[in-house]
Amino acid sequence: MDCIVIDDEQMARVIIRTLCNEIKRINLVKEFSGAIDAMKYLNENSVDLIFLDIHMPNFSGLDFIKTLKDPPKIIFTTSDPKFAIQAFEYDFIADYLLKPIELPRFEKAIRKAEKLQLSESKVETKKEAAVKNDFYVNIDRRLIKIDLSTIYLIKAKGDYIDIKTEDKNYIVHSTLKKIEEKLPDSLFLKVHRSYIINVKKIIDIEDNSVLIKKEVIPVSRSNRPELMKRLDLL
Amino acid sequence: MEKPNLEYIDKLARGDESIKNTLIDVIKTEFPDEVEEYNSSIEKKDFKEIEDNVHRIKHKFSILGLETSYEKANEFEKNLREHNLDNMQKEYFEQTLLDISLFLKTI
Repeated sequence: MDCIVIDDEQMARVIIRTLCNEIKRINLVKEFSGAIDAMKYLNENSVDLIFLDIHMPNFSGLDFIKTLKDPPKIIFTTSDPKFAIQAFEYDFIADYLLKPIELPRFEKAIRKAEKLQLSESKVETKKEAAVKNDFYVNIDRRLIKIDLSTIYLIKAKGDYIDIKTEDKNYIVHSTLKKIEEKLPDSLFLKVHRSYIINVKKIIDIEDNSVLIKKEVIPVSRSNRPELMKRLDLL
Repeated sequence: MEKPNLEYIDKLARGDESIKNTLIDVIKTEFPDEVEEYNSSIEKKDFKEIEDNVHRIKHKFSILGLETSYEKANEFEKNLREHNLDNMQKEYFEQTLLDISLFLKTI
């Protein structure tokens, strides 16, 4: 992760630099004593993460984040706990570190930033899948194209998944979790730990099961509210 | 009364003398300038400026393990935000500045 630090206090910047040096996957590319210079830098460069002081003269960290068009992840570094609630109003805020910062707490904040970045990239993958109409699966070294709209059910089978379409079934070496990430939310829903269904193919729903084609698929209690939300009830 | 110490800096340096020296050098360079800026803001009676300086300096208190002074600086800062310059808080704060200045001469 490429990152920058913005803090009016030199000692605070040096401490962040020292802590970053302890974590190999963090690359501190630039240090700024004020938000204005950082804004200029970010107009021409992109970073994954910003360590941002809140209380700075002239232009506070909270003012600064309002100027960001495409904000990277932010970790606030501050002596004031009072801004915490306000800071977490933004979904790109990974953490809020109180000074003086110690290494274990710093590492935890980095892990939070990485997790946030990862979950966003998964959302992006899903969005991409939403505009796609098909995907390819690898079966016996052949890449076979499957039209998403023809899939009515995906079933977990040990290390494999069984993709059932209108005219054929495909046994693929994969997991439900992996395939779920590639499927558009608008069409597919995991109704049980072993089943993903195409909600457009449901024939009827009864108690804790759905009928798709001629198959009765169990719906777990925790997934039922989401399923009901997706249905166009009269 | 608590005394400044290098526990936090030692923890951060993790036995690396060059890191420790860098951190000490920075604090030795930056702290006198911050004190000067604080004194100048006191002379001007500019509450916002005094508050900003107290805020910046109090981080040094916590770096040097001065927990009570840090808490008292927090209260001082809070009153300054409400344009209230409490003389006892000011004296305590300035005594801490003096203690740190003397300590920095010894390291």
